[in-house]
Amino acid sequence: MEAIIQQFFNIEIMIKALPLVLKGLGVTLLICAVVIPLGALGGLFAAIASVSKNRAVRWTAIGFVDLFRAIPPLVLLIFIYAGLPFAGIQISPFVAVAVGFFLNNSAYFAEVFRAGILSVPKGQTEAARSTGMTQGQTLFWVTLPQAVRNVLPDLLSNVVEVVKLTSLASVVSLGEMLHAAGLVRSLTYNASPLVLAAGLYLVLLWPLIRLISRFERKIDT
Amino acid sequence: MQMDMFLDQFLNQAVLVKYTPLILKGAGVTVLLSVLIVLTGLTLGAGLACLRAYRIKAFSFAIVIFADVLRALPPLVLILLAFFGLPNIGVVLSSFTVLFLVLSLVLAAFAEEIVWAGITATPKGQWEAARSTGLTFTQALCYVVLPQAVRMVIPPLTNRAIAITKMTALGMVIGVPDILGQATTAQSFSANASPLTLAAIAYVVIFLPLVIASRWLEQRFTQKGS
Repeated sequence: MEAIIQQFFNIEIMIKALPLVLKGLGVTLLICAVVIPLGALGGLFAAIASVSKNRAVRWTAIGFVDLFRAIPPLVLLIFIYAGLPFAGIQISPFVAVAVGFFLNNSAYFAEVFRAGILSVPKGQTEAARSTGMTQGQTLFWVTLPQAVRNVLPDLLSNVVEVVKLTSLASVVSLGEMLHAAGLVRSLTYNASPLVLAAGLYLVLLWPLIRLISRFERKIDT
Repeated sequence: MQMDMFLDQFLNQAVLVKYTPLILKGAGVTVLLSVLIVLTGLTLGAGLACLRAYRIKAFSFAIVIFADVLRALPPLVLILLAFFGLPNIGVVLSSFTVLFLVLSLVLAAFAEEIVWAGITATPKGQWEAARSTGLTFTQALCYVVLPQAVRMVIPPLTNRAIAITKMTALGMVIGVPDILGQATTAQSFSANASPLTLAAIAYVVIFLPLVIASRWLEQRFTQKGS
């Protein structure tokens, strides 16, 4: 028991690690602030394309979504970060993360938005069009607001997944929270910094997870 | 010229030929891990959801905490914690075992929540009818409610199972010789990006059929539902 406290919940080491880990948390949040809006926007476009009447557009969008749902995000990230320099393109870890996560998140957000768009009854579109709205107006003012409301829990749970995903950035030595905690761990040979990071992830994400669970229960009844 | 350089760096024939066997070996590890994780995670998750159906306060509470924590923490954090932390208290596990345990538990947490949602969504009349025919609570749960609950949640369960088996790629960080692990080693030995291309192709070959199958499942089940 004492060994467990010493090795995992060592307050002294946690206090030492705190400034670095908090700085990492800042980077984690920065990545989220860039990657979540980008991914949501990309996903929205892909979703709209995937319900297009034009066959070529539709299949291109579905192909894009399926391809990037099939490739693990870490593979994508390493391919971009370690692979592109071989093509003479030098990029920073941050850009690699942004590009890799953009492709991955767009695919996942696209699936959620697509389900939302398909859940809006056809009559809504028809009614909107018959009032003289253009196709674009209908999509923007009638279909999308309802679509988003219908899949709100899924969108939220996707956001949680993205925040968790940012931990992969540590693999390409971007100094986010896990990277910072891992660094202190390797200096102290003690797992407490990792427990500290885990605690901060919990503080950050637990409220969201509770919210999602509550949403889901509401929809059941 | 540009194209030549690209081919030489990303689809170099000599490198591809040399490292294909290694990547295939990695694919074996990835597939083995995936199968083990899916079997263990789904069984454990469904088991926990059933246990929760008995509504014994202490058990339910523990299950909710387990599911919440494992859904909130990034798997990579758990992997590093287990791989680097446990040896310090005398528990030494291989990287393969760590990856298997962590991802199985994570999948179990998600599966528990999903199956539990299915159990609560099963109409009350099903319980009552089952009990009134003389089935015990356990029998009603196992033979009547659970099969319907699971059928209801197959699409989200499949999606989650695929998402988590893809995370086997995280094993590379602790040295599991899976596809990505083999590819990054090969890439640094050959100073060429082709092994990474090979790895990406290997993942697409393994997971794209699953993604397409899950899309098909989703369509089938939602059509039936409406």
